[in-house]
Amino acid sequence: MNFNINFFKYRFTAFVFSIVLIGFSAFLFLNKSLNLGIDFKGGIMVEAKFPDVPDLTVLRNKIDNLQIGNSEIQEFGDPSTILFRLEKIDKDNITQEEIIEKLKSELDEDTDYRRVEFVGPKVGKELKLVAIKAVLFSLIAMFIYIWFRFSGWQFGLGALIALFHDVLSTIGFFSLTQIEFNLASIAAILTIAGYSINDTVVVFDRIRENLVKSEKQLEELLNLSINQTLSRTLMTSITTLLALAALFIFGGEVVKGFVSAMIWGVLIGTYSSIFIASPLILLFGFKQIRDKS
Amino acid sequence: MLKISKWNILFVLSVCLTAIYYILPNLYGKSEVTALPKFFSQKQVNLGLDLQGGSHLLLEVDTKSVLKEKSEDLVDDVRRALRKSKIKYSNLGSKITGAVVTITNSEKIDQAKKNIQENIEKGVSIDVSKNKLSLFFTEQYIIDSRVRTVEQSIEVVRKRVDESGTKEPSIQRQGDERIVVQLPGIKNPERVKALIGRTAKLNFHMLDPTTVELAEQRGKLPPGTFKALNADPTAYEKQFVVKKRVLLTGERLKNAAATVDAQTGRYVVAFEFDNKGAKKFSKITTDNTYQRLAILLDNKVISAPQIREPITGGQGNISGNFSPETANDLAVLLRAGSLPAPIKVLEERTVGPSLGIDSIEAGKKALMIGFILVIVFMILRYKAFGVVADFAIIFNVILLIAMLSAIEATLTMPGIAGIVLTIGMAVDANVLVFERIKEEIRSGRSIFNSIDLGYKFAIKTILDANFTTLIAALLLYNYGSGPIKGFAVTLSIGIVTSMFTALVLTKLIITFWVLKLKPKRLFI
Repeated sequence: MNFNINFFKYRFTAFVFSIVLIGFSAFLFLNKSLNLGIDFKGGIMVEAKFPDVPDLTVLRNKIDNLQIGNSEIQEFGDPSTILFRLEKIDKDNITQEEIIEKLKSELDEDTDYRRVEFVGPKVGKELKLVAIKAVLFSLIAMFIYIWFRFSGWQFGLGALIALFHDVLSTIGFFSLTQIEFNLASIAAILTIAGYSINDTVVVFDRIRENLVKSEKQLEELLNLSINQTLSRTLMTSITTLLALAALFIFGGEVVKGFVSAMIWGVLIGTYSSIFIASPLILLFGFKQIRDKS
Repeated sequence: MLKISKWNILFVLSVCLTAIYYILPNLYGKSEVTALPKFFSQKQVNLGLDLQGGSHLLLEVDTKSVLKEKSEDLVDDVRRALRKSKIKYSNLGSKITGAVVTITNSEKIDQAKKNIQENIEKGVSIDVSKNKLSLFFTEQYIIDSRVRTVEQSIEVVRKRVDESGTKEPSIQRQGDERIVVQLPGIKNPERVKALIGRTAKLNFHMLDPTTVELAEQRGKLPPGTFKALNADPTAYEKQFVVKKRVLLTGERLKNAAATVDAQTGRYVVAFEFDNKGAKKFSKITTDNTYQRLAILLDNKVISAPQIREPITGGQGNISGNFSPETANDLAVLLRAGSLPAPIKVLEERTVGPSLGIDSIEAGKKALMIGFILVIVFMILRYKAFGVVADFAIIFNVILLIAMLSAIEATLTMPGIAGIVLTIGMAVDANVLVFERIKEEIRSGRSIFNSIDLGYKFAIKTILDANFTTLIAALLLYNYGSGPIKGFAVTLSIGIVTSMFTALVLTKLIITFWVLKLKPKRLFI
């Protein structure tokens, strides 16, 4: 395929779209917040498979009668599998083991406990810090790498803003869908960051190459570079999406949240490297870069 | 220039052979592999706890409690030293890590300091200000004490876990005062957790003849006693008045086992003291015949038998209200010894065997289907070159699994997701090359030149682009835990192997094809 699309015609539309997207994400994050999993919030999570499909209202009453703090009950994958999420109550007279025991004693004897997880408030706080560090450090590391590799802060900053764009809108995605935000979500965010920057680098590389070869108008040159790499960008996105689709449909409940975020990330990452990262360079005073090369 | 060097072929062949060497053991079970001749690799990919089922526990040792105890011991030592040398003092008390005392006659302060110093352990330094002495543990002492406490705790936890019959547990220290316990394939994590968490401090005291009711009537306990709860809340006697002095501790135990008492037919825990303990026990039972002994586990009375006759053999039974399990658990705890400090479970992640099996099945299915989808799509898009790329994808997965085996990595569910994702992303390197070749052909170059240039131009981009993904993966590995680490591992290895398959393997195949068959047109 030989593309010749004038992407720069759409750049303002794209900017407006992205600003609205980020604004909406921020709005969601501030208002609906994230559905934090026990990894960060602390608490107890029990995934139980019942021999028969249980009645959720009966279950809820049973749990409420236990008086073990706030609880959430939801179907997980199929109607007979239920996910319990219990908030850790800060009382010294009851340990989380006792809470888990209490819960188990209320449920059918031949219930299959598929997962029992407990994260103490201390560990939850630590994991939160670790997650923030991991995301920040990787963004910084990528920014520095691009800056050096392309010997121009314009490239680095363009890539960085595109990255923030992707990360923020992915957080918005988590907030909108209320998919549980846990350690796997951090893995998703970092992988999205890696994927998006990968796309951006391919376009940047072509821009750099064309800068040396051609005397075209800068705008035209950027457009040419994006078009030249477009079929590769689409191909890789499609194969990655195919693999993700297989994971989404067949990979089981445990990875579903992670995979949905990744699907969103591949789409937004592809979009941002075409419509955000490259046009931004033009905005940042691309002229100097040309003089340099 | 495109050419095939002998070295190139040799390199690819040796990588292939190494991959096969490492991948083979995975086709066999664990026991079968160890039975193979030494020539074969014994290394296999491990399944993470989320795939094979099991428990991950993060424990924290409360090392401060040891220092608190030591501070209290220090107070006792100071009191003894000052009494011995008949120096008057006041305001003796313990601090978080040390003790303070005021010497009444400030002229005697130096003598007091000297006497105290002779009676306390090393690692305590004493500050003098006017007539006040401040004793505190040195930094080194505190660090040593913490290290020792954690090491002892790990030892005790290991003994307890081993005794509980868990296969291949892993018990490791993490950071300053944490312990990670991994229990693969465990069926009843609650029991093991209860075993691990118990301090299990066994103390022998004498019971005071005063009953709790009598003490309450009087409004105070007899001096040198304390109230202790009965470990069995359903028993008739709910509380006891116990003499403070510890006569004997569980440290002196040589052995303990659950048995059935021949007379009563109930479960008891039979114990045996070592030589020193047996002598002491003999003396205690001789001096206190007809009185009641109090056996306390973690400050709760588990048994308060009357001493009917002196016990000189160093053996005895604890008869509480035991079931076979609780008797056995207590025996395990007594054999393994007590924890030097309380342990708290900070984090627990248990996966049942059924979810593990389901996850493996789901992972396999997603892998196969993702594989087929990408393979078919590549052929549709790149025709003959697509076949070559598909060959690279298959080989990429083989290499990935071989690498995982070679480093004996742990495969987790996110790790499998990482492999599936790699299949989708690994084609990128090939796609970059192929698209470039197409472009060059379109611009009118010969087939030969196009392929040559395609690889030359794409290589820089591929390195740049993959490096950034590697940054993300490495940071994930560094900061991630458990399953997430597994994802970082498969993702980073997948990236590296995809560069090899795209830049070396497919290049070799395509070059070979072009040089031998000299096609007029490229089906790409």
